[in-house]
Amino acid sequence: MKLFAGLRAFFRERYQLGALADLATHKTVPLHRHTFWYYWGGMTLLLIGIQFASGVLLLLYYRPSAQEAFESVRFIMTKVQFGWLVRSVHAWAAHLVIFCAMIHLASTFFLKAYRPPRELTWVTGVLLFFVLLGLGFTGYLLPRNTLAFFATKVGTEIAGVVPIVGPIVQMMLRGGSDVTDVTLTRFFWLHIAVLPLALLGVVGLHLVMIQLQGMSKPLSVKTDRAMPFFPHFFLRDLVGWAVVLGVVLCISVYWPATLGTKADPFAPTPAGIAPEWYFLWMFQTLKLFPSHVLGLEGELVAVALTGVAGLVVLLVPWLDRPARQGRTHWLVWAAGLIGMTYVVGMTGYALWIGHHP
Amino acid sequence: MAEAEESCVECHRQIETSAVSPTQVMDHDVHMQRGLSCSACHGGDPTSMDPTVAMDSAKGFIGRPARADIPQLCARCHADPATMRKYNPNLPTDQYAKYLTSQHGKRFSAGDADVPVCTSCHEAHGIRSKKDPNAPVYPTNIPGTCATCHTDASIMDRHGLPVKQHWEYSQSVHGQALLFRGDRSAPHCASCHGSHEAARPGTIAIGNVCAQCHALTRDLFAKSPHKAAHEALGLPECEVCHGNHLIRKPTDDLLGIGPNALCVQCHEPGSQGYVTAQRMREAIERLKTQLADSEGIVKHVAQLGMDMGDAEFEVHEASTKLTQARTYVHSFSDEAMEPIVEEGVQHARVAKQQGEQGLREFHFRRQGLWITLLIVGLLIIGLLLLIREIERPRPPDAS
Repeated sequence: MKLFAGLRAFFRERYQLGALADLATHKTVPLHRHTFWYYWGGMTLLLIGIQFASGVLLLLYYRPSAQEAFESVRFIMTKVQFGWLVRSVHAWAAHLVIFCAMIHLASTFFLKAYRPPRELTWVTGVLLFFVLLGLGFTGYLLPRNTLAFFATKVGTEIAGVVPIVGPIVQMMLRGGSDVTDVTLTRFFWLHIAVLPLALLGVVGLHLVMIQLQGMSKPLSVKTDRAMPFFPHFFLRDLVGWAVVLGVVLCISVYWPATLGTKADPFAPTPAGIAPEWYFLWMFQTLKLFPSHVLGLEGELVAVALTGVAGLVVLLVPWLDRPARQGRTHWLVWAAGLIGMTYVVGMTGYALWIGHHP
Repeated sequence: MAEAEESCVECHRQIETSAVSPTQVMDHDVHMQRGLSCSACHGGDPTSMDPTVAMDSAKGFIGRPARADIPQLCARCHADPATMRKYNPNLPTDQYAKYLTSQHGKRFSAGDADVPVCTSCHEAHGIRSKKDPNAPVYPTNIPGTCATCHTDASIMDRHGLPVKQHWEYSQSVHGQALLFRGDRSAPHCASCHGSHEAARPGTIAIGNVCAQCHALTRDLFAKSPHKAAHEALGLPECEVCHGNHLIRKPTDDLLGIGPNALCVQCHEPGSQGYVTAQRMREAIERLKTQLADSEGIVKHVAQLGMDMGDAEFEVHEASTKLTQARTYVHSFSDEAMEPIVEEGVQHARVAKQQGEQGLREFHFRRQGLWITLLIVGLLIIGLLLLIREIERPRPPDAS
């Protein structure tokens, strides 16, 4: 204890940690019937941490080249001590982090936590979600198995549909006209350097904003009941983290990530190629969209609408004018509900179609 | 009468008798496609629309060629390298010569009207390339083409030939592969008997015929003690055990001293051949048992979600060795077969070990998970107790 006290004194003297300690001690979390939804942000944060840790371990053996990528992942899964677990955890936590982020985003929307002065907290949260999607997309190709290779081919083709910038983005992603060895290098570079750096930056901003502004209280809650962040909320957060850890381990052991077959770039695209579940709603929309809408290419219209939807989500704090004045409006609720039902419904439909072609 | 480039077709198209039929199949006729016309075979003057001129014998018109003249008629071009070079240099020009050496050709020369001529197999009009899947001489259609005559008892009875070959072939391993699975590498009638030179394989030639595909098997047989024995007894080689048209997929039961074994039909109990047959069968069964054991565990562990890539490779190797050992049955030497069987057994053992290791790893993972979950559970309980302790209402300070 003496050592601990000594260390604390050492840092307090040099780095003025008193303000930080005061913030943790005095910070409170609103206590009401919706408090449960506050924990999803913490769980997302834990999963991001798991992704960093497992990703760094995978980097010890992964080789980002068309010739060696598949074999190196197989090596990790079969020869490296606990390699199977690290890869499984990385693959499953990638799904769970997006799932938790979706729940966090939806709960924040319906609790209207984006009201002033927290507009930028919402914006950083949405950007964080987009970065997570980018990490999922780029990481999917890295084992370079058949499914990943052709899904990437289809995914980058969709990117190329956007007029003017589409072909440039597609060329930048692929590093050529087709998905090749160069594409793998670029996706690897994005997955382990660019996007993680962006993620760290956005997560940092998001957390700082939350610490500075505190947690938002829903409009329907009229009481001022609160609990101290430390240790009351923090301990509850830890319980949530332990549950998530248990879930990740259970899934990873009972349904370990599979590798499939090595991609053959010269083979025809196999039937049933589909992206990861979180892109399925967009994929299904593209498939169902008419070939022409008002004289425009249907695919282009669908991609444009998806882009507009993303922009609308980003600008929600300014679009929801009643919320800015401290009021709720049924239209915003209905829009959110319809949007969420569409995404969930389309994903479910795409999954159903995938199993009943 | 006006002049026409091809008066035969123009007139015959309008005739309402069977004489119209050649014009109905000419689109896919290989000769028509290469620029030859009716007059190339039938003679006459196709430039005249006047039938008396067009079909004037003075202009070489021969009408419908007599059946007896057909081989020579076709041979005018097909046996002439200079002519064939103009149309299809890759096509051999020895068909007519071969035909004359064939059983069919010999009987044809003797005036037998039952035997086939060129048009019997290739059609008279609408002749298709042998690469055309609709051609009667396309590999998968050849058995049916031969069967046209060889299942006709009214013809075969006159020559003392059976009519069951096609049925037997269709039941055989070769027939099943070709006719039902469409495997064009499987042999058809012409693969063994020849096409234009079609003949009954002589007693000695059967081994050579089978060796076209089963080269290693034939090689082993040729070096085996059976070779001399078969020659001495005047027995055909492969046919003695496997039959001819009705060649069934061989099973391991044919080997050894069991009730279905072929070896015991010649080898007396206690003889060297009898003992060798018994040993070879035992060796095969040993490898099969090991292979089944390893395959079972590897499949089971793979179904549990474990990566069994290396073990599956070993199983594949053992399976290959089993196939090789079955081929080495034709060495009729247990000593020659033993190293192959032993190699297969080693691969199967390695696969089994890897499977068992995978199973242990699987249980280790499950146990490890439950221990970890227990720790996580205890952590959660501890945290909940700590929260309760912190939030427990405390009595107001007595002071």
